[in-house]
Amino acid sequence: MVNVIWALMAVIGIVYAMFNGTMDEVNEALFDSAEEAVTLSIGLISILVFWLGIMKVAEEAGILAFLSKLFRPLIIRIFPDIPNDHPAIGYILSNITANLFGLGNAATPMGIKAMEEMKKLSGSDEASRSMITFLALNTSSLTIIPTMVISIRMQNGSASPTEIVGTTIIATFISTVSALVIDRVFYYRSIRRK
Amino acid sequence: MGIITTISTWLIPCFIAIVLIVSTWKRVPAYETFVEGGKDGVRMAFSLLPFLVGMIVAISILRSSGALEAFIQLISPFLVKIGVPPDIIPLALVRPISGTAALGMTTELISTHGPDSLVGRLASTMQGSTDTTLYILTVYFGAVGIRKMHYALKVGLLADLVGIIASIVVVTLLFG
Repeated sequence: MVNVIWALMAVIGIVYAMFNGTMDEVNEALFDSAEEAVTLSIGLISILVFWLGIMKVAEEAGILAFLSKLFRPLIIRIFPDIPNDHPAIGYILSNITANLFGLGNAATPMGIKAMEEMKKLSGSDEASRSMITFLALNTSSLTIIPTMVISIRMQNGSASPTEIVGTTIIATFISTVSALVIDRVFYYRSIRRK
Repeated sequence: MGIITTISTWLIPCFIAIVLIVSTWKRVPAYETFVEGGKDGVRMAFSLLPFLVGMIVAISILRSSGALEAFIQLISPFLVKIGVPPDIIPLALVRPISGTAALGMTTELISTHGPDSLVGRLASTMQGSTDTTLYILTVYFGAVGIRKMHYALKVGLLADLVGIIASIVVVTLLFG
């Protein structure tokens, strides 16, 4: 599915440019965006190295195991196919915590690490049930403090930059719960088909 | 609110301090373990590089050709009919696809309409309450080499749709 969507985005864009006379812009965007993507990946190295280093220390010191134990009842409901005491739980929890406080920089490395642990569990290059659930949680956003938005509102002289925190929390809650429900629906549909 | 901002800034440094204190207490070689874990980060960043290049280039072709804008204009009349404020439509459609484009639009909407207008509040809520599905999918699955995504994209996009509808309904009810 991703293969088709990926090809479609590019092909539709190029064909549209033929009729719209925007081929120059497309050419320019092609190479600019490739460079932008490389800059983005290289930029991720600093965050990834730092956080994966710290989290490795946390894991060795038993902090992740302690966190997992604390929140196990909740996590096991959401991710029923991850066994007790598996390191994936610790990383999932760290990712969720970082997301809640709007710390996207810290959330990404922990999310990737959680995915890696879940891949060790499934041992294949197909997305497992828990991987998709975890992805759904992240794409629906877990932010309760949208720090970036608050700072943009401040810069534009809002009378109350933080008044949108309430609406954001409600909307986030609705979208996260729906993401979990939608994920469950698709999961049960996929096993029924087999 | 002051308390929440303080928690946000204190959280990471305090977490690092706790990790280092506990690890030293338990005689874990902290520095060596840090370096060993950090090596993984370099490998991950490089393994997800081609995924990001592929995805970002395809999205930029779609945007720069004007096709994305044309599509937005095509379906706008329909969305206006069901009560979506017209100014917010481009942001709602771009939010799951491109994080940088969405942030740019949010900033632009807030500065032209004012942060305390309905559109400004709507853009703020929408920006905060959903995330860039395509980016997260690319980075998380790309870094660990997942090839078959199954129903992941469908779930992500449907959740975005619910999030966007929820933002519009909640903001209109509370501020409208």
